[in-house]
Amino acid sequence: MNIQTLQDHFWWPVLWSVLKILVVVVPLLLAVAYLTLAERKVIGYIQVRLGPNRVGIKGSLQPIADAIKLLFKEIIIPSSANRFLFLAAPVLAFVPAMLVWAAIPFGPGMAISNMNAGLLYVLAIAGLGVYGIIVAGWASNSKYAFLGAMRAAAQLVAYEIAMGFALVGVLMVAQTLDLSKIVEAQAGGGFWSWYWLPLFPFFLIYFISGVAETNRAPFDVAEGESEIVAGFHVEYSGMAFALFFLAEYANMIFVSILTAILFLGGWYPPINLPPFTWVPGTAWLIAKTAFLLFVFLWIRATFPRYRYDQIMRLGWKVFIPVTIAWIVVIGIALETPLRVLLR
Amino acid sequence: MTGADRWSDETLLQPAWRGVVRMLTHYLPVLIFLFIALLVGVVPLLLGAALGPSKPDSEKLSPYECGFEAFEDARMKFDVRYYLVAILFILFDLEIAFLFPWAVVFDQIGLVGFVAMLIFLGILVIGFIYEWKKGALEWE
Repeated sequence: MNIQTLQDHFWWPVLWSVLKILVVVVPLLLAVAYLTLAERKVIGYIQVRLGPNRVGIKGSLQPIADAIKLLFKEIIIPSSANRFLFLAAPVLAFVPAMLVWAAIPFGPGMAISNMNAGLLYVLAIAGLGVYGIIVAGWASNSKYAFLGAMRAAAQLVAYEIAMGFALVGVLMVAQTLDLSKIVEAQAGGGFWSWYWLPLFPFFLIYFISGVAETNRAPFDVAEGESEIVAGFHVEYSGMAFALFFLAEYANMIFVSILTAILFLGGWYPPINLPPFTWVPGTAWLIAKTAFLLFVFLWIRATFPRYRYDQIMRLGWKVFIPVTIAWIVVIGIALETPLRVLLR
Repeated sequence: MTGADRWSDETLLQPAWRGVVRMLTHYLPVLIFLFIALLVGVVPLLLGAALGPSKPDSEKLSPYECGFEAFEDARMKFDVRYYLVAILFILFDLEIAFLFPWAVVFDQIGLVGFVAMLIFLGILVIGFIYEWKKGALEWE
């Protein structure tokens, strides 16, 4: 292999990949920052107050101020903690939250990696997020952190099963693991040809499990500030805490965009006619994601926290039986002439 | 022809290399992303450690406790049900690992494949009902 081929076959793709990754990561981190502001604003207005409105115009610089504040805070490492694991845990939570984005298509073929096993990759990487939490809880060597981590781990694995079954339903109908092709399989007239309609139970269960997977209210017993103060990250401060925060919000956006891709037709407009078709597809995908993120915040502002036994009952005794039953129903439908309703 | 185009043009390569190249084009970005994500994760920690104050004292570094000193450390016994949930999770997650490839080729394997999976699911559901009745899913 001479220098020219090495350049063409190695350095150009590497450079191209780095460019694509930056184009995804930088807006993603900005979106995370402004999601925190959106959350405080939305919840503020739902509770009939203004939310942050002092820093910048109508509070628009609040996330920047928060980031700078966190940057200049001391990172406290408790004396009884395991130092290495204590500092590794936030990175361990943050890296999978970023890596899952490698497979997300923002338009036809517009992904960091157009891998043919996209959905499998996403499921595998997203499953790694639980290590960050459990390592953080254990390494802190604090009772509250430990309890929070145990609760979070048990809750995450329970809802991951329901999520996995919901994805199996999508796969049965779409017949591909490629996320771009799953979106293309939903092409057609408009919103009635997207998978949310024939796979309605999976759509609901996937999204609700997504809320539970990201430890968001009303499933936030892992943090449970009124009983175990802040759960697994009670001992964290400064940038170490900020990384957990970034990971949680990046995961929220990820669950929303994946729900939009799998169930809400990805980049397709709701009605395949002008003026809807004039809007670029990526804008539709972002609009659907933003709507689902709003639902995340709306849920948080509306529902009181579940008790832990209620969460486990919902996961194991409602979602898992319902998803198994619906997989059988979809299977029977696909083996009979009813399949026209699904494809 | 630019470099990026030539990379994706597989006809320029020996047939034996095409599969390797295809895998690399799909997963090389993931590897690069891993390094970038690690960098984006570690750099703020280093920055925070460099820019923030560092004035530790024994009270500040003690584990959080509400108003009194911690009685003992957190390396303690914990409820066995968490362990039970972990084992159940392994069973069900394996089942999802079985269901994924089955679901992708659902059209090709036809009725026989569907019935085979129904039998497998049936056995699993019997186990699920058993653990339910045994109270493995109870948290009170």
